[in-house]
Amino acid sequence: MAVLLLAEHDNTSLNDATAKTVTAAQAMGGDIHILCAGSDCGGVAEQAAKLDGVTKVLCAKDDAYGHDMAEPLAALIVGLAGDYDHIVAPATTNGKNIMPRVAALLDAMVISDISAVHGPDTFERPIYAGNAMATVKSSDAKKVITVRGASFDAAGEGGSASVEDVAAAANPGLSEWVEDKVVESDRPELTSAKRIISGGRGMGSKENFEIIEKVADKLGAAVGASRAAVDSGYAPNDYQVGQTGKVVAPELYIAVGISGAIQHLAGMKDSKVIVAINKDEEAPIFQVADYGLVADLFDALPKLEAAL
Amino acid sequence: MKVLVPVKRVIDYNVKVRVKADQSGVDLANVKMSMNPFDEIAVEQAIRLKEAGQAEEIIVVSIGVTKSQETLRNALAMGADRAILVEATDNVENDIEPLAVAKILKAIIDEEQPGLVLVGKQAIDNDMNATGQMLSALMGWPQATFASKVEIEGDKAKVTREVDGGLQVISVNMPCVMTVDLRLNEPRYASLPNIMKAKKKPMETKTPADYGVDVSPRLTIEKVEEPPARKAGVIVGSVEELVEKLKTEAGVL
Ligand SMILES: Cc1cc2nc3c(=O)[nH]c(=O)nc-3n(C[C@H](O)[C@H](O)[C@H](O)COP(=O)(O)OP(=O)(O)OC[C@H]3O[C@@H](n4cnc5c(N)ncnc54)[C@H](O)[C@@H]3O)c2cc1C
Ligand SMILES: Cc1cc2nc3c(=O)[nH]c(=O)nc-3n(C[C@H](O)[C@H](O)[C@H](O)COP(=O)(O)OP(=O)(O)OC[C@H]3O[C@@H](n4cnc5c(N)ncnc54)[C@H](O)[C@@H]3O)c2cc1C
Repeated sequence: MAVLLLAEHDNTSLNDATAKTVTAAQAMGGDIHILCAGSDCGGVAEQAAKLDGVTKVLCAKDDAYGHDMAEPLAALIVGLAGDYDHIVAPATTNGKNIMPRVAALLDAMVISDISAVHGPDTFERPIYAGNAMATVKSSDAKKVITVRGASFDAAGEGGSASVEDVAAAANPGLSEWVEDKVVESDRPELTSAKRIISGGRGMGSKENFEIIEKVADKLGAAVGASRAAVDSGYAPNDYQVGQTGKVVAPELYIAVGISGAIQHLAGMKDSKVIVAINKDEEAPIFQVADYGLVADLFDALPKLEAAL
Repeated sequence: MKVLVPVKRVIDYNVKVRVKADQSGVDLANVKMSMNPFDEIAVEQAIRLKEAGQAEEIIVVSIGVTKSQETLRNALAMGADRAILVEATDNVENDIEPLAVAKILKAIIDEEQPGLVLVGKQAIDNDMNATGQMLSALMGWPQATFASKVEIEGDKAKVTREVDGGLQVISVNMPCVMTVDLRLNEPRYASLPNIMKAKKKPMETKTPADYGVDVSPRLTIEKVEEPPARKAGVIVGSVEELVEKLKTEAGVL
């Protein structure tokens, strides 16, 4: 029994989601081999080799893997799949893009976004925007799985696994990367941040959204948003928290001008402490908040910034 | 080119779901069902391609219970040309897994030869986010997932994708499978005259056996439970009190 785990990285550093997925993989049983595929990703492979519980790191260096394109990566993984019972990846946009393709090529049903491991073939996953938790048992010979990072702690860094180069697979040549439009930010990343402050439609404009960012900087927090705030252009798409955005579980989540629709709650209700600031005392967000403040955000946020 | 759009009938996104007491699943009896919101976006995109002269015919497909007809009629009223209903189960609680759905869609593609398949990024009931990727794998086609902008230029499509770090632009060969994200477009409402017209548009009914596909599930549901509830919190009177409580009581500042 062994687990093949696809590392999430940007060719220079290993994403925290990988270490969380290692923890889930440990509960599946067997050796854990991490696959680092990328262009010139040797440094990432070294970082992966340090994760506790990892027995081997496979490093596939090829420019075809530099931008996480699904077709060449799926071909690589399927080529390596023979030796493994479990093929897992973090449920990031990359994992969600690549793993169902891998599963179909192996004639297996992908098991998406698991939140707990109950055994080698039995997993828990949220359905209906997290309003129900399903325990599912897979009858497939190979289990292809994506793992919800917010549900697992990161594995430690005391290991020293061996690193082995593996050859690239033939590139199906179906697609090409054109460009990434990534906004560089000094703030922590949403899915690994310990504190998050999110703004909703109540923020009213892109300019007003900057008030959230000021408070975030005081808190050392990441900035999130509701779908309504993203759709209205107040915040970029990668800020969206929720059923169809990012799922987060920080120690502190502050929701400002967010009503608390189930689709938003799906992405943040496992946060340790939830604070809601909303001028409508009936807003459903107050039903999940540990601390609620019924106030106009334009009054409350500057005060909050000053008080921190 | 023909465009194929699979549309799923799901619990309406406004309905509060209830887990059944025997833990066998979610109560779907007498609840409002609608087209999966992402699929409305996919249908809208197909219609826009047709309006722009880039598509000739839009075929919508739904796989599920007989009542999925309503979802297909809705897509026809929005502007799709014809529909295929694949009756795969007579029990609304037996959902068909993405792998089986993808196999049925592959058989339909082999017959219809569309130049593009537009799929929702995820169905809001089971949240698998899988069908489009599985279908493109079975076809040996490229996949452009989580699309927020689509430009078709000859035998290639340039697609902007919503990814964790922001946006990624890729170019894929046609034919391909695209899965659509929330910000691709705003779906139109069907007008009353179009709803009337849709009643006369063709709808074929098939079964998985017609396509030689076995829909038995690979995943069995052991149980479905309520998530742990959060206990009610307190309402604080001021920003000062909030900060104080976060420091001393919650210990998060
Ligand atoms: C298929 C689908 C997927 C979706 N996925 C997601 C998702 O992933 N994430 C997500 O967030 N949503 C998602 N949604 C949308 C969701 O249903 C809600 O529409 C959305 O979350 C609402 O955002 P909001 O709370 O910012 O806006 P609103 O519901 O409009 O709430 C705004 C709130 O701000 C308050 N407010 C206004 N002005 C002030 C002020 N001056 N001071 C204080 N408070 C103020 C109001 O009282 C109100 O409660 C999805 C919907 C669908 C159909
Ligand atoms: C309570 C419960 C009971 C279950 N019981 C069973 C069971 O008895 N048998 C079983 O096989 N599975 C069962 N399942 C498993 C579950 O149905 C599948 O995992 C599920 O279908 C997940 O896929 P999704 O619809 O979220 O697909 P996604 O991959 O998220 O869907 C993406 C897109 O694919 C297209 N699509 C998906 N499905 C269809 C469709 N049917 N028709 C047309 N287009 C479609 C749409 O464009 C959609 O937007 C059950 C699940 C639950 C929660």
